[in-house]
Amino acid sequence: MFLITKKKQLNENTVQMTIKAPHVARRALPGQFIIFRTHEGGERIPLTIASYDRESGEVTLIFQTVGASTSILGAKQEGESILDFVGPLGQASEFENETRVAVIGGGLGCAIAWPQAKFLHESGVEVDMICGFRNKDAVILEEEMKNSCQNLVLMTDDGSYGEKGLVTQGLKKLIEGGAKYSRVIAIGPPVMMKFVAALTKEYGIPTTVSMNPIMIDGTGMCGGCRVRVGGEYKFACVDGPDFDGHAVDFDELILRNRMYAEQENHHREETCNLLKQG
Amino acid sequence: MKNMSPTRTPMKEAAPDIRNKNFSEVALGYTAEEAMTEAARCLGCKNHPCTDGCPVSVRIPEFLCLVAEGKFAEAYAVIRSTNSLPAVCGRVCPQETQCEGKCVRGIKGEPVAIGRLERFCADFARANATHGSLETKQEGPRVAVIGSGPAGLACAGDLAAAGCRVTVFEALHAAGGVLVYGIPEFRLPKSIVAHEVDNLRRAGVEFSCDTVIGRSMTVDELFADGYRAVFIGSGAGLPQFMNIPGEGLCGVYSANEYLTRVNLMKAYEENALTPIKRARRVAVIGGGNVAMDAARCAKRMGAEEVYIVYRRGEEEMPARREEIHHAKEEGIIFRLLTNPTAILDDGRGNVAGITVQKMELGEPDAGGRRRPVAIPGSEEDIAVEAVIEAVGTRPNPLLRMTTEGLTANRWGCIVVGEDGVTTEKDGVFAGGDAVTGAATVILAMGAGKAGAAAILDYIKNNP
Repeated sequence: MFLITKKKQLNENTVQMTIKAPHVARRALPGQFIIFRTHEGGERIPLTIASYDRESGEVTLIFQTVGASTSILGAKQEGESILDFVGPLGQASEFENETRVAVIGGGLGCAIAWPQAKFLHESGVEVDMICGFRNKDAVILEEEMKNSCQNLVLMTDDGSYGEKGLVTQGLKKLIEGGAKYSRVIAIGPPVMMKFVAALTKEYGIPTTVSMNPIMIDGTGMCGGCRVRVGGEYKFACVDGPDFDGHAVDFDELILRNRMYAEQENHHREETCNLLKQG
Repeated sequence: MKNMSPTRTPMKEAAPDIRNKNFSEVALGYTAEEAMTEAARCLGCKNHPCTDGCPVSVRIPEFLCLVAEGKFAEAYAVIRSTNSLPAVCGRVCPQETQCEGKCVRGIKGEPVAIGRLERFCADFARANATHGSLETKQEGPRVAVIGSGPAGLACAGDLAAAGCRVTVFEALHAAGGVLVYGIPEFRLPKSIVAHEVDNLRRAGVEFSCDTVIGRSMTVDELFADGYRAVFIGSGAGLPQFMNIPGEGLCGVYSANEYLTRVNLMKAYEENALTPIKRARRVAVIGGGNVAMDAARCAKRMGAEEVYIVYRRGEEEMPARREEIHHAKEEGIIFRLLTNPTAILDDGRGNVAGITVQKMELGEPDAGGRRRPVAIPGSEEDIAVEAVIEAVGTRPNPLLRMTTEGLTANRWGCIVVGEDGVTTEKDGVFAGGDAVTGAATVILAMGAGKAGAAAILDYIKNNP
């Protein structure tokens, strides 16, 4: 059993949760993920590691309570435990000889983009962050991100906070303004990553994207997380989750992520009703 | 009194049209009386060809003789002395090519039903809790076993019996490897696997689930942690795909994924949260045991039409005859000499069908099987909503990617020396599918036992 040591509600449906898991904290690196299962009969769900503390043996996750399993996890309180917590899984992000990097986060993707920015910032790389949210209420981690880069551009779809517009517009403005990026890192909804990658391709900037496909085992066993990269299948769990944004087939990824949409809705409604009653 | 009947005592099975709607065990086992009758068919050959046909050398005539006398607990003890998983082997071993294939009674009739009798003894022991005095406390050297499938469990069992302090590391949340994620409940009830794992626990073996060696810890860290030797039994869990158009569509599964969702995650149970596509028509591609398992699971998940699509003929199918027979009984439709060339899109990203091509058998290939050759102009479409590819697996690359000094061949199989288990890295041994590529439960168990013997030697010679 794995103890929940801290819990913080970041906004209406985004939760930050810290879990005691020394074996994961000991080896975790930016870009890696874990798989959790709350209870017997629960699903195995992958979540990217937001931060880790090797000394206290804790791992922090930031997730949206959008599905049944994340809703069950999100309803747990400090002091409660979950059944399974496996990791760190996947390849750690690799950055070499970066000079200036634009780290782009979309919505919840900011929770994963932030540790990458922090890691680069702390290694002396010049980092710009461009973070997009639906509206003011959806904004998370503003302080944390501000402290992990030289320049934070906050954007909202409706203009209710920061600049109005999409992250691609923010990125384009910076590039046209003369920013010379050695790399762009984009983490967020697949459709956002798709358009960021299309833009950076025009400018010839190497681009890393982080995949979050459907998975079960996280060790290369099921092949459910296959992503077409450069015309061949890669398993996001062992070959990724980071891939070359210019080689990923985003359309197929978007399609495959919808595979269980109907069943998920059903499970979520059931779970929400149960949680309300409880 | 010998029973000279040329035919074996039949074993009761659940009726096909009832069992193909539930996940209960298909083969129901012998009664004590049936077991004694069948065991009396053994001639007790002095040169015991059956034992020679067994990868873990179970003393078969000896245990059969005890069964014939009604001494079931004693018979179990004989089996258990060389085989740590009798209840499993009695159910899933391909006895027809091993012990039973060598049985003298098979020359003029049917061989003694050794597998069924092994199962009977194990089930008797479980029901009567005569698992013997396995409670031990080990004080010997520490050994790490990676993977809790058949190779790892057999290795751990022998090491613990020799006094080693064994930890089995398992990546998933439950111990058993392919026995829990792959082989379906109706062929091997998971409570039986759990019982065998508990037997090992009682024998002093420690299990560390949720631990991915290579990620949570490396092999070198295991040595630094005080383990004297490491056995790798990580299996062949990396699924292959055919590389035909349409494999990215929703509704296309590897057999590993489909079976894991059904077996490990229990997607068939009402309250399980793990989703699975319940298609009306399903095509399973492949002709091995895994394909049969996937097809029979799909039927039980409510599919009306389930096809086995295989590019060679029934004779060439690698699946056990018994599995093919069971699948047919349950209404699985066999499309033989048929090769899929594309998976079709319904226009919204879901599977709408598969395009197949008729094949004919040409000259035998290097392996002796006749090579299928496409018949031009024979393409047709089969309407299905899900496709399950059971076209083979390879060893998982995680350990060789993260362990310096471990070498693998071009199929990803770990390279071992002449003894079949010693790797090129000092103190590291490997066996089972991780070395051979996908094979059988019992061969993996044989390798696990060989690994245990090699480890005991290694520790003795490197004090």
